[in-house]
Amino acid sequence: MSTHTANTDGTNHDAHDHGHHHETFISKYVFSMDHKMIAKQFLITGIIMGVIGMMMSLIFRLQLAYPDMKFPFLESVIGQWGKDGKLDPNFYLALITIHGTIMVFYVLTAGLSGTFSNLLIPLQVGARDMASPFMNMLSYWFFFLSSIVLLSSLFVDGGPASAGWTVYPPLSALPKAIPGSGTGMTLWLVAIILFIASALLGGINYITTVLNMRTKGMKMTRMPLTIWAFFITAVLGLLSFPVLLGAGLLLIFDRSFGTSFYLNEIVAELAGGIERVGGSPVLYQHLFWFLGHPEVYIILLPALGITSEVIATNSRKPIFGYRAMIGSILAIAFLSFIVWGHHMFITGMNPFLGSVFMLGTLIIAVPSAVKTFNYLATLWKGNLHLTPAMMFAIGLVSFFISGGLTGIYLGNAALDINLHDTYFVVAHFHLVMGSAAIFGMLSGIYHWFPRMFGRMMNNTLGYIHFWLTLISAYCVFFPMHFMGLAGVPRRYYANTAYDQFNVFVDMNQFVTIAAIIGGAAQLLFLINFFGSIFKGKRAPQNPWNSNTLEWTAPVKHIHGNWPGDIPYVYRWPYDYSKPGSELDYIPQDIPDADQTDPLDEPKAVHFDLKNTTMPLVENKKA
Amino acid sequence: MANSATLTTDTRSQWGGGKSPFSISYGKLMMWIFLLSDAFTFSSLLVSYGFVRYSFSGNLETPWPSPDQVFNHFPFLHGMHLPLMFVSLMTFILIFSSVTMVLAVEAGHRMAKKEVAKYMFLTIIGGAAFLGCQAWEWSQFITGSEAGKLLADGSIFHGANLSMNEYGPVAFADLFFIVTGFHGMHVFSGVVLNIIIFIQVLNGTFEKRGHYEMVEKVGLYWHFVDLVWVFVFTFYYLI
Repeated sequence: MSTHTANTDGTNHDAHDHGHHHETFISKYVFSMDHKMIAKQFLITGIIMGVIGMMMSLIFRLQLAYPDMKFPFLESVIGQWGKDGKLDPNFYLALITIHGTIMVFYVLTAGLSGTFSNLLIPLQVGARDMASPFMNMLSYWFFFLSSIVLLSSLFVDGGPASAGWTVYPPLSALPKAIPGSGTGMTLWLVAIILFIASALLGGINYITTVLNMRTKGMKMTRMPLTIWAFFITAVLGLLSFPVLLGAGLLLIFDRSFGTSFYLNEIVAELAGGIERVGGSPVLYQHLFWFLGHPEVYIILLPALGITSEVIATNSRKPIFGYRAMIGSILAIAFLSFIVWGHHMFITGMNPFLGSVFMLGTLIIAVPSAVKTFNYLATLWKGNLHLTPAMMFAIGLVSFFISGGLTGIYLGNAALDINLHDTYFVVAHFHLVMGSAAIFGMLSGIYHWFPRMFGRMMNNTLGYIHFWLTLISAYCVFFPMHFMGLAGVPRRYYANTAYDQFNVFVDMNQFVTIAAIIGGAAQLLFLINFFGSIFKGKRAPQNPWNSNTLEWTAPVKHIHGNWPGDIPYVYRWPYDYSKPGSELDYIPQDIPDADQTDPLDEPKAVHFDLKNTTMPLVENKKA
Repeated sequence: MANSATLTTDTRSQWGGGKSPFSISYGKLMMWIFLLSDAFTFSSLLVSYGFVRYSFSGNLETPWPSPDQVFNHFPFLHGMHLPLMFVSLMTFILIFSSVTMVLAVEAGHRMAKKEVAKYMFLTIIGGAAFLGCQAWEWSQFITGSEAGKLLADGSIFHGANLSMNEYGPVAFADLFFIVTGFHGMHVFSGVVLNIIIFIQVLNGTFEKRGHYEMVEKVGLYWHFVDLVWVFVFTFYYLI
């Protein structure tokens, strides 16, 4: 293979002798142990899963908008589930379940964390690779296997799991409850257990790499906020996924071995010939949401980390409140473990407990607001470079605000009685968790594409993609608030079943049309992404004039990341537009004039506004 | 790697990058992190146990049985009431195997191959003995007492399985099997790991490598499994 070609910076791969193995196609692209390749594997698998999840949503959106119309093409796409062009109600439930599962776990957890933690942790902390490249490879393959198992459940008798992505018992615990409760549900559980194994293998690696393998001078308080976010995300995953494993284990026993952890008062005929007494479905909900709530932040924190980095770089300003950003990540992470009960206000839980959970939930607004205002303050009077990545990052901030505000309503135990399981909830989490995190992911893709593939993406397509996605996302999710306030329940096959919801027929059609436009916009992204891998303009060394270490590594990927010694780090990553400096950025590996020890801080610059020359803005717009 | 102990306690340079802040290798750090995560898996099962058990408080129809009345058998001492004697013996064996593990790790620091092998062997024996005891305990629990429980259809059911239980609520048996079974599975994996390391010790793998860190890593796992048992024993048998 191309092991002997010169790198763009003139160094040669031979300069850095890494092992003596001969790279075959299999070891380079398939069972790769290189974190950069594994990142690409995660990303492309994530994108494929994302496309599948999105197409599912379009199918059920069609049903919601036109419940009485027939779409003959459905029969050719989904076969017997769309007989005569009518979507089967059972399959509708399956679609929303698998859509949720795919988007939450496969796209926004593995696709987001897996991609960017893998790509950026070693490159940004200055390590040759992950602590254990082998475990890293296993992490991807467990994830891949898990995806295959989940998708295979679409083809089994009875269809895939249909109890909603939270798979509450008894629908999930009794194999005969609904069609999807049989083999499909079993495969769902197998897929999730494989997924947990993948998440743990990955998470252990991320934490260890961040703690143990930082290059000299990379203090914890000099780490880019991306790394802080990935690090804390990995901790969250590591402490919450095992609880889902416990919950899944008990569920498997209830399903297959006749126990009754989650079942009570179920007669023998309905439960495989064994009477089930003494358990409680609420136990499952507690265990599930102990994962489920941190999971929200497992999804969101990496996106926020990416945003911090992209906004600071493209505002050419230091991130506002670096330590406050770290503090709020830590606060959010801590609080996320003690608020799971706000998903369960109406389960019959003790109301006093509800008020405790409510208090914790509302406190999360504080660190979230700190982050939001820090983003705004970073943007304020910045020298904004509105690259597509920057647009998506600002889009994230927008969703984070508009979706976050409704969280304050939902976190209120009294209001939740009305709002629970309505479209208000759907609107809330699709904005704050779904759209925001997807925008963070897209921002990261546009920003680090040159780092991943050595080529640039097309900006024009990027802008069109951004505006279409932003507008359609708001058009899809914003009207849902009003439907939710009027009491339209989520997960119903046809809202027209109740006369009082007929007023929303037009609105549902509007939402569906917006969703189709939004879906079509992603085609532009796919064309741009896959086209640029092969045809994009060659990327320069540091296309965004960024400070972080990954841009000091050669464009062409090599094992061990840096051809010679690993660079030392002399400063924090946000020295943008530093007064007195020649350029408007100072990469982390550049020492100050008289700085010899990487552990020393560079001199603080004291300047008076009148007599200081501001740094030159390097204008590279070509 | 960063295995060499540093004399400096300067946190500035400890956390300044270029080395492990805890002065331990990545492998050992990974084991610690894995154990933390595994602790949450066990916690989820034990919390579920607490949740279910609490729901039976005040239930006079099917009260939660007292463990002293259920686990009161001892091998070869048929018919005697010896509450929790056997499980105490099991606990003692497991904790004792932790002691031999500590001695193996300590011998590893001195590069004393023979001693490492000896204490690893004793640890393996301890683990295997614990598993044997657990098998006996399970079979005793499954077989049940001679009296048994009278069912609604007039037949008598002895012992317990996942859907029936002569001692009380089914949940009692379900949780017993899940919690001790999950722990037993961990002990079993620990014994397998110990055997692999034991063979490597005998082959001189670690002598060639210059350190016995692998013994320390399996040691960490082994102590963790013991620690979990202390919780299982407390929550399941004592209270």
